[in-house]
Amino acid sequence: MQNQTPVLPNGKAQRIRSVSFKDRFASWLPKLVMTPTLLMVMVCMYGYIIWTALLSLTSSRMLPVWKFIGTGQYGKLFANDRWMVSLENLVVFGALFILTCLALGIVLAIFLDQKIRAEGALRTIYLYPMAISFIVTGTAWKWLLNPSLGLEKMFHSWGFENVQFDWLVDPDRVVFCLVIAAVWQSSGFVMAMFLAGLRGVDQDMIKAAQLDGASMPLIYRRVILPSLKPVFFSAFVILAHIAIKSFDLVAALTGGGPGYSSDLPANFMYTHAFTRAQMGLGAASAMVMLGGVLAILVPYLYSELRGKKNA
Amino acid sequence: MKKLKYCLSGLALSVAASVSQAAEVEVLHYLTSSGEAAAINVLKEYLSESGHAWKDFAVAGGGGESAMTVLKSRAISGNPPAAAQIKGLDIQEWGDLGFLTDLDDVAMAGKWDSLLPPVVSKVMKYDGKYVAVPVNVHRVNWLWANPEPFRKAGLGIPTTWEQFLEVAPKLKEAGVIPLAHGGQAWQDATLFEAVALGVGGPEFYTKAFVDHDEATLKGAEMINVFKTFKKLRDFIDPNASGRDWNIATSMVINGEAAMQIMGDWAKGEFTAAGKKPGVDYVCLAAPDTSGTFTFNIDSFAMFALSDDEASKAQDKLAELVMDPAFQETFNLNKGSIPARMGMNRAPFDSCALASMDAFEASSASGTLVPSVAHGLATTSQVQGAIYDVVTNFFNSDTSAEDAVETLARSVKAAQL
Repeated sequence: MQNQTPVLPNGKAQRIRSVSFKDRFASWLPKLVMTPTLLMVMVCMYGYIIWTALLSLTSSRMLPVWKFIGTGQYGKLFANDRWMVSLENLVVFGALFILTCLALGIVLAIFLDQKIRAEGALRTIYLYPMAISFIVTGTAWKWLLNPSLGLEKMFHSWGFENVQFDWLVDPDRVVFCLVIAAVWQSSGFVMAMFLAGLRGVDQDMIKAAQLDGASMPLIYRRVILPSLKPVFFSAFVILAHIAIKSFDLVAALTGGGPGYSSDLPANFMYTHAFTRAQMGLGAASAMVMLGGVLAILVPYLYSELRGKKNA
Repeated sequence: MKKLKYCLSGLALSVAASVSQAAEVEVLHYLTSSGEAAAINVLKEYLSESGHAWKDFAVAGGGGESAMTVLKSRAISGNPPAAAQIKGLDIQEWGDLGFLTDLDDVAMAGKWDSLLPPVVSKVMKYDGKYVAVPVNVHRVNWLWANPEPFRKAGLGIPTTWEQFLEVAPKLKEAGVIPLAHGGQAWQDATLFEAVALGVGGPEFYTKAFVDHDEATLKGAEMINVFKTFKKLRDFIDPNASGRDWNIATSMVINGEAAMQIMGDWAKGEFTAAGKKPGVDYVCLAAPDTSGTFTFNIDSFAMFALSDDEASKAQDKLAELVMDPAFQETFNLNKGSIPARMGMNRAPFDSCALASMDAFEASSASGTLVPSVAHGLATTSQVQGAIYDVVTNFFNSDTSAEDAVETLARSVKAAQL
């Protein structure tokens, strides 16, 4: 800010005028700086959300066509077996993924918080998968889980001929493979969030509880974990949106197969909007996904904002 | 220093001169595997010899799905390439949207109507006018077999589905995977259409997949087709899920598997592995389909351009694609057969010759049918609906009766 004020040689009158200019400039600057971002967000996010919403009400096929047909695409969507399978998969995948990640994340964080040796190194090891893209994770796990290449083959060659681990090619269990790979990638990140939360817990409270004779598990259950509620919420929201927008993991790990048994809504949307020339149907599925995200975000934002007002 | 300046300006002038004479033709295609790239390079050379420049716009991805996504975004932004590799009924869709230019002048001069079989020219025309030019014809209903496992087990290579179902368990007992397959939707559909054509015959096939007759789609014959199709599941190894077609082909090449049902692009893999047709591998029509031919035609559709020079270059490209020299080299590299008639047969191998004979015979007898799995029979919407039903049926415990009901329902929904 200092750099932008013009250097004034001399003269009082000039100085006063320049100060008022400086003030005005200073008051305008934040708005000026925010405008491009605001415009981008308005057009690129909210504008296109509205555009997609309108598109979902049209009969668009390969390219957008503005012929409105009401909610026909939504009817078609929910009569589509593949869409229902992908929704079902999302529920199973989302629930298992979020719960396992939270549980693993807390346990890892608590273990790491015991003032152990080489904590920094271990923390990095657990957090590292987050640095990899889901495409890489998916490809690596595709090889690990493939019965003729990966774990099953390894056990067989070690002499354990009875080991069977063919979830990747089993249409009923393939969703669990998605969960395994996604948990491997994200639980370290949840751990880091909880670790930061644990470090922020008031040590005096723990000491007080210890003086009262509480055992360590009891302190965790009654004192520390309840104080981590905000972390729970943040982790939940982040994991939920990772689950809903999951696309690359499915594309790399299973390709939606066997059949379409491991499809998620994002894959359905991409296939129909872009490769199958059913843009209207794709847009409708995108709107349903948006609805899913809002159903999680709105209550969260509401509680956040209300919480702030009360505080 | 001064010399350099003269040189540079001279260079700039010559570049400017050459640009003003020859227009550039931008071609979007997905011919990116090594054999295909060699094939398309021939066209590039011919075009530059004729004084026009080829601007390559290759988007990798076997089925062309990413290429089509790129093409759509270019077309919407009002800047389509001069030519794009579009095939089947997608040509009609682009025609409906008003993007394509008519090639009738070139077609008239080149007598395309007399050179192209009517089945091919029908695909290339929109509203009675040529808008695209064919580069090849693929036969999809091929059975590729490695004779070694058959010899060892003392079995013959099956030519009917009945024989197939007899032979396959014996091969399995002998420790060979009877059918190499990749569990991807389009491969499931490729296998399915071979079964549908073999079990139901060409008339049934056309009624179901071209006319979308509801009674045929859920009739007894279709249930039969689905039942036979499901039986094949037992003869595929459990790890086929997600496997690419060329990996499946290599399983046949190295004798791990005995057979594969796949279009003639599989031949490229055998050739690349140094195998000889009739000796190291055998190409036969898929079971029960010897008199028929499921076709898949690759083609370049031409987009309407505002620049006259560019249009001329575009016409030249269309003319060159129909040139016998190009059709020969391209198809020798790609494993398919030329789309135009009156070609020299000498350079082609026995499988390609068999394909040419079958093409002519089936064209005469009316048993030439378009491929569903490759977008020649139906729109991408209906094709997608069929893919979904077929791949889901093949990978789940759905009964054939339920599957045909779903098939009829989804095909109807996709047509709306």
